[in-house]
Amino acid sequence: MTIDNSTESIHTVEAEAKKRGPGAWLSSIFENKYIGWAALGTAILLPFIDSSTYTLNILTTAAIFVVLAAGLNIVVGYCGLLDLGYIAFLAVGAYTAGILSKMFVLPVLFTLPAVIIMCILSGLIIGAPTLRLRSDYLAIVTLGFGEITRITAQNLEITGGPQGIYNIPSYLVIGDLDFQDPVIFYFLTIVIVSGLVLAAARLGKSRLGRAWKFVKEDEDAAEAMGIHTYKVKLLAYIFGAIWGGFGGMLFASHLTAISPPSFLFLQSALVLMAVVLGGMGNMKGVVVGALAISLLPEFLRDFSAYRYLIFGLLLVVVMVFRPQGLWPPRGVEAERTKAQREAAALANGLKR
Amino acid sequence: MSPVLEVQDLAISFGGVKAVDGLTFSANAKEIIAVIGPNGAGKTSAFNCITGFYKPTGGSVTLNGADITGKRPADIAHAGVSRTFQNLRLFHDMTVLDNVRAGMHLYGGQNFLDAIFHTPRFKRSEALYTQEAHYWLDFVGYRGRRGVPIKNLSYGQQKQVEIARALARKAELLLLDEPAAGLNHTEKQSLLELVRRIRDLGTAVVLIEHDMGLVMEVSERIVVMNFGKEIAEGTPTEVKKNPAVIEAYLGKDDEDEEVPAHGDA
Repeated sequence: MTIDNSTESIHTVEAEAKKRGPGAWLSSIFENKYIGWAALGTAILLPFIDSSTYTLNILTTAAIFVVLAAGLNIVVGYCGLLDLGYIAFLAVGAYTAGILSKMFVLPVLFTLPAVIIMCILSGLIIGAPTLRLRSDYLAIVTLGFGEITRITAQNLEITGGPQGIYNIPSYLVIGDLDFQDPVIFYFLTIVIVSGLVLAAARLGKSRLGRAWKFVKEDEDAAEAMGIHTYKVKLLAYIFGAIWGGFGGMLFASHLTAISPPSFLFLQSALVLMAVVLGGMGNMKGVVVGALAISLLPEFLRDFSAYRYLIFGLLLVVVMVFRPQGLWPPRGVEAERTKAQREAAALANGLKR
Repeated sequence: MSPVLEVQDLAISFGGVKAVDGLTFSANAKEIIAVIGPNGAGKTSAFNCITGFYKPTGGSVTLNGADITGKRPADIAHAGVSRTFQNLRLFHDMTVLDNVRAGMHLYGGQNFLDAIFHTPRFKRSEALYTQEAHYWLDFVGYRGRRGVPIKNLSYGQQKQVEIARALARKAELLLLDEPAAGLNHTEKQSLLELVRRIRDLGTAVVLIEHDMGLVMEVSERIVVMNFGKEIAEGTPTEVKKNPAVIEAYLGKDDEDEEVPAHGDA
């Protein structure tokens, strides 16, 4: 991306066409609006290439990880609230889905309304007291809440204590579709995940999404614009929680068993890493980051014992050479066309 | 006609320091008021009290008859106050247009479901936001590129965008904190003309400024502060002749009667 700095002359009325650098063809691919559809198409085609249980298992897990990263991106990437306990919402979602479906012998997917309500509540409970804090303090407190959630789950009877919940009924048959079949479940996951990623991306480009970014950049200036920063931050937190809850529901349904060690701080850190690696604030980048974080260790299996060492080194290398992430938000939008400009000039001259 | 803004005995102290101590003034619609005074006189503190960034320790601020003293900045903004900051407070990584859209947050017109499903209502409201953003950028005479991050702009252009953002709020009261600081002569001239056009919109404009030439030319009334206290108020001609003002600016034993043409900021 080349930014023309010759705007010194204030009277350059013409917004000249962007100068095309050598990487232009590459960025034109990345900025293509059909790239999301291409990614979705690829995801749908993958089972036709390899439909082994192992592959599907990895792909489904990666897709669930994408939802988590998308949700955390709302909180960290859009709103700039460093949340180190995000996995708590995965836990809330997973346990709500697991407990209810076992209790009422319901397919897990039917617990969705309850999952959403529980996640909104937990978002409020964790967010309301903590969001008055800024930066480092917020990070520490959210880290604490993440651990509290896990330890609570470990000690309550309803959550099954240290053993967790197993044999979660995941059966659901609609017509010819048996959702226990790994391929069908993978497709279902892909549909839900892409819907959520799209929704999060669209939220980012709305009034609310802009408000989040204003808060991230300058809280006081945002407040002076009439943005109730506390409410806006709480909303970011709640949306993040809902996305986490969806992830938890899919997680419980996919594994049919959940236990406290799935919700360690390490998991929160990995989701955060996906967001930072991909490019905070850019949903496409975050999807790439999430896929990288969840799939790389699998690709590195050939290195057996060294794979996490290599994984770590790769992450360090990326962060050294690309601290803004693999695919950061572009921060550029279309200029007015000449016709629009002339129309505006005419209207201003006539009316106002 | 009752005034848009009424400030009564406004006071704030930090520890033992009385930054603002008994400031009283009012501003009507279609009026330009300047608040002047040497550095550290408490001008910006007064602005921060009016806009809610500081909680005043005494006195009251009324906007169109409603008491807004000590309310949250967002609520005060909602009530109809808009401001710029002494040291530009823009959203650096966001585009010029997005920065102006910030001023339109209170227009509403869409909720999160509209955004997720891209309803016609969402598209209409986004189109309106963009159109208005262009309108206010045109209004302040901004001629640079609009789709680029604001950090790439020159200082003068950033100042223009900050005013456009404040105007997009369509507030009844606009507080400008040193709008001319760092601008060159031509830019100051267009600022002068811009402030008058803002007044003609029906807005009450209160500005803090060090450039005496500009203040004398543009303002209808001037409030002079020193050490947190209000030492004079009146028309530019009255203020120029006021002995207290001359003393504040030039010291006690000075014979020179003229306020310096270009402030010592």
